[in-house]
Amino acid sequence: MTQAAGLTQSIDQIFVIGMQWLLSYVPAGAQPLVSAIVYVIALLIVFPTLFAIVTWLERKGLGRIQNRFGPNRVGPWGLFQPIADAVKSLTKEDIVPIQADHVVHFLAPILLVTAAFLAYAVLPVGRNMVLADLDAGVLFFFAIGSTMELAVFMAGWSSRSKYSLLGAMRAIAQMISYEVPMVLASVVVIMQAGSLSTVTIVDRQAGYTGIWPHWFVFTPWGIVGFTLFMIAATAESNRSPFDLPEGESEIIAGYYIEYSGFKFALFFLGEYLGMFATSGMAITLFLGGWSAPFSFLTWIPSYIWFFIKLVALICGFIWIRGTLPRLRMDQLMNLAWEFILPMALINMLVAGVWHFLPNWPLRWLVCSAIVAIPCILLGIGLKHKKKFQVRTYRYAE
Amino acid sequence: MVGDGILKGLAETARNFLGSYVGKDRLITVQYPEERIPQIEAARSFPFLVYDGPDWQAGMRCVACQICEKECPPKCILIKKSADKKPDAVGKLQAYPAVFDIDISVCMSCQICVEVCPFDAIKMDVDYDLGTDDRFAGLLLDKQRLSKSNEYYHQIHPTEAAAVDAHLAADRAKTRAAADAKAAAAPKVVAAPQQTQPVGGEPK
Repeated sequence: MTQAAGLTQSIDQIFVIGMQWLLSYVPAGAQPLVSAIVYVIALLIVFPTLFAIVTWLERKGLGRIQNRFGPNRVGPWGLFQPIADAVKSLTKEDIVPIQADHVVHFLAPILLVTAAFLAYAVLPVGRNMVLADLDAGVLFFFAIGSTMELAVFMAGWSSRSKYSLLGAMRAIAQMISYEVPMVLASVVVIMQAGSLSTVTIVDRQAGYTGIWPHWFVFTPWGIVGFTLFMIAATAESNRSPFDLPEGESEIIAGYYIEYSGFKFALFFLGEYLGMFATSGMAITLFLGGWSAPFSFLTWIPSYIWFFIKLVALICGFIWIRGTLPRLRMDQLMNLAWEFILPMALINMLVAGVWHFLPNWPLRWLVCSAIVAIPCILLGIGLKHKKKFQVRTYRYAE
Repeated sequence: MVGDGILKGLAETARNFLGSYVGKDRLITVQYPEERIPQIEAARSFPFLVYDGPDWQAGMRCVACQICEKECPPKCILIKKSADKKPDAVGKLQAYPAVFDIDISVCMSCQICVEVCPFDAIKMDVDYDLGTDDRFAGLLLDKQRLSKSNEYYHQIHPTEAAAVDAHLAADRAKTRAAADAKAAAAPKVVAAPQQTQPVGGEPK
């Protein structure tokens, strides 16, 4: 029994043990640098691979939703499609508009991808597996997230194209609007865990009552916070139904219309990496990070649980994308400021009430009521506010 | 309730997703190079030249009258008349095309050449697999590539080909009868050579 437990533990910690073994051959002074480099290389291999798989998964899934086959030409079930896509984008001509600001135009995709990768530094992908256990990990994550907005605007502005600029303006408006509820939705977790460190937050959720885990999502404020966070995350990663900044039918590809070849692929990569990072953050904050969903499943290594949850969330994103049509700009803004933001603020109140109410049937009832009543009222109110009228146009003098 | 429309939509897409794995009739995409749907009879792509019998050169119906070349709106047909003459289906000496080229990169499949042809020599093909890696020579079809047998014509347009065959047979029988009558009358009338002229120019 103890031997089996020891074996599962060593499988769980195999990467950590491997890293320690590797570092034992390195002089003590160089150890932090070497461990950082090894970790970064691992990130650079794992997440772009996941990106490749997800592009295939997305095209397959969307195809099936629309009763099509999806890619099925390259390799079995079209599995080698990402490789073909990579070769294609690498061999394509790299066109830069003659009027573009060449330096900024060049830097924008690099900044986007760099920022997307930086966000992974604070994500615990397994037990004892985090690049940097920062005391302000969550704060670092959101700070890096806003760097991506800068990259988007750099791309839109430097292209000197009206579509690019329109796309960038939409992107900035949307990303800033949704960053507020996203941070507010995650504040409840910070209140409850009492820490900004991602590792501590996951540790707080790692225990079990009977077979049930202590994930924050299994509380009234947790489920609301998780839902709001995921809606905001969809908007942050510019995915359908919030894909206005790159709406194909309106502004062709938005801020990256003037990009081609590998720079375009970098934007694509950056966008997906951003989506994975926010999904990873949602897992860390609400879904117990790397911890198993039931106490009897803890023998499965922690990193596998993290990636199962990540792929599950991504499948959710794909499902949503296959279902919902694109929102209008005013609907997008109304949703952020009139529904999600008030709900996030109410949710913070709920988290406070939850913390101070002692016994669980009462606090479940009270907290659910505090969340549900405003939610329904807001829904009804916003529905009644909608009225049809002749649109008035205003033109510049 | 707020968001029940979204849930309904999600259920619908999930039903389609799972259904596409269960019911094969949902996946209506034809996997083109491997499977094809049968073409309708009225389908047409580019013109081809019909020949009778086994030999494409001997049985060619075209007599290089060049009407199609003149009528072709985008001017994609090039015909060079032969210097010598060959006997046609009823044994009459006719010119034949020494060169007959159709540039299908120019052709617009309007079928005017087919409508104006007095000899039923040019018809519309249904072959659409004409992709080539040589966009000049590969799309310039010469006499040999254009020639296809009457059996092939029957295969692709059965109704139309049967009508054409019946009409041709009647025409040829009439020509033969006229020729026989003329041969019988020839010893008496001296003006016989003049009479052959309109018969020869008459469309068959």
